[in-house]
Amino acid sequence: MIHELICIRCPLGCGLKVDVDEKSREVLSVAGNSCPLGLEYGKNEVISPMRTVTSTVTLSGGECPLVPVKTAHEVPKARIGAVMEEIVKAAAKAPVKIGDVIIKNVAGTGVDVIATRNIKAGKANELG
Amino acid sequence: MKPQSRYNIVIIGGGPAGLAAAVAAKKAGEESILIIEREAELGGILNQCIHNGFGLHTFGEELTGPEYAQKYIDMVENEGIEYVLSTTVINIDGNKTITAVSRENGLMQIDAKAIVLAMGCRERPRGSLRIPGFNPAGIFSAGTAQKLVNIDGYMPGRTVVILGSGDIGLIMARRMTLEGANVKLVAELMPFSGGLNRNIVQCLNDYNIPLKLSHTVVDIDGKERLRGITLAQVDENLRPIAGTEEYVECDTLLLSVGLIPENELSKQIGVELSGKTNGPLVNERLETNVGGVFACGNVLHVHDLVDYVSEEAEAAGRNAAEYAAGRAGDSRQNEIDIVPEGMVRYTVPVRIDLERADEKTVVRFRVADKIPGGVIHASVEKNGERKEILRRKKRILAPGEMEQILLKKEDILGAERIIISAGTSAGISAGTDEKAGATK
Repeated sequence: MIHELICIRCPLGCGLKVDVDEKSREVLSVAGNSCPLGLEYGKNEVISPMRTVTSTVTLSGGECPLVPVKTAHEVPKARIGAVMEEIVKAAAKAPVKIGDVIIKNVAGTGVDVIATRNIKAGKANELG
Repeated sequence: MKPQSRYNIVIIGGGPAGLAAAVAAKKAGEESILIIEREAELGGILNQCIHNGFGLHTFGEELTGPEYAQKYIDMVENEGIEYVLSTTVINIDGNKTITAVSRENGLMQIDAKAIVLAMGCRERPRGSLRIPGFNPAGIFSAGTAQKLVNIDGYMPGRTVVILGSGDIGLIMARRMTLEGANVKLVAELMPFSGGLNRNIVQCLNDYNIPLKLSHTVVDIDGKERLRGITLAQVDENLRPIAGTEEYVECDTLLLSVGLIPENELSKQIGVELSGKTNGPLVNERLETNVGGVFACGNVLHVHDLVDYVSEEAEAAGRNAAEYAAGRAGDSRQNEIDIVPEGMVRYTVPVRIDLERADEKTVVRFRVADKIPGGVIHASVEKNGERKEILRRKKRILAPGEMEQILLKKEDILGAERIIISAGTSAGISAGTDEKAGATK
């Protein structure tokens, strides 16, 4: 089956056509790329697309009501929904520092969700 | 903290530009520096940009906005640079006396030898679009929605239409979707998106959100709360085409329709602004027409990457330190013009002093249209003769991407004018041939 996608490796944004054997999940061909980076992107993006997920987690006892978070590494694109489900339910307590683990092994991906902002303990302007 | 009444350098704004300028000025040997920040924390807009992709050029890793900001906040703290928060500058006069106000310190007057303008930009509001209809709740600029969702923890709505495909709009399409909203579509007036490809793929395509190019919102429905909008296709003159109207139900409309450098204070000082960028016209020191007043970051021209903001601001900070130390003269006699031509919309800087300039001077600019297989071209004019000094091929030039070239001092010495142009390779060679022919 042919998958159509836009290459994001440079601003050119080549339209790629990636032919994949659906049974063996093997890339048969990549067309439309104008450089080797596009070839590599086309293959990976169809076989195993990965994304960093960024969001916020409810924070208590802090100067802010939320702490921004990210997955410490990329997770499979298909798992974004499951990752978000856990992030939405999670809660953290101030103070937090950049890199603090907020959720361990989120949605069984083997990747932690970590804080991306320092927030001191303080007068809570919490969500009511 | 209560600020003193006099500093050598005062930096207006504690976002990415102000922070980088302060650190660079300190490293250049200046001890007397004050940053004035309007918000309760340093970091500026980066604090609400919780997505990743910042800092690849500067730190070699992909950071989120708050992480990138923290790196510079740490540097400011480690260098012991003074700053005041929750403090608004309300006036700056031609003698570089700054009037500011805060709840903690009341009204303050602070004298500066040099000022670095780093106020950033603000979003174009609905009023500038002249969309008819009532003004119901539910219409937000994309950045306001970003602050509500990422900092304050409020969802602006549940069914969303986004007008404008700038990067903030694209980022918010994904963010609202992840938080459970139904983002129905992104409409873009132009036949191409002003946003990065990466954001179109990872913010729209990943979530099957349609991007309607050459479409705009022509009517707003709802009196108390937004009920829906009318979408229409536009022709090549960007005018809505009758008969293409389509009603889309939604309770929220986000506007991502451009950014305007925030230069009210600059105007008070008497700083000349560019009609193209809405930012100050600066020389190669990033100094405005008012001696000792420098500008950098989005108040100077809207950037695509924060890395370039930091780089530009560092130069402004170093130059402000030179000025404050009395090592830079006020003379403008040897400055010549840098002129944009062809597809180049503007340049920063617009003037350069050939004697004073460093060995290499960065010239930043944007082009007016997408040019696949584009060529950037710099030339010098001397006695009416034009000579090419730089030619660089690019796989693509695009309005959404800031470009930059380095001018070498040895190449430009003796020039009367420097011209920066861009176009297709064919167009440019034809252009220079014509000019050469005319002078013969």
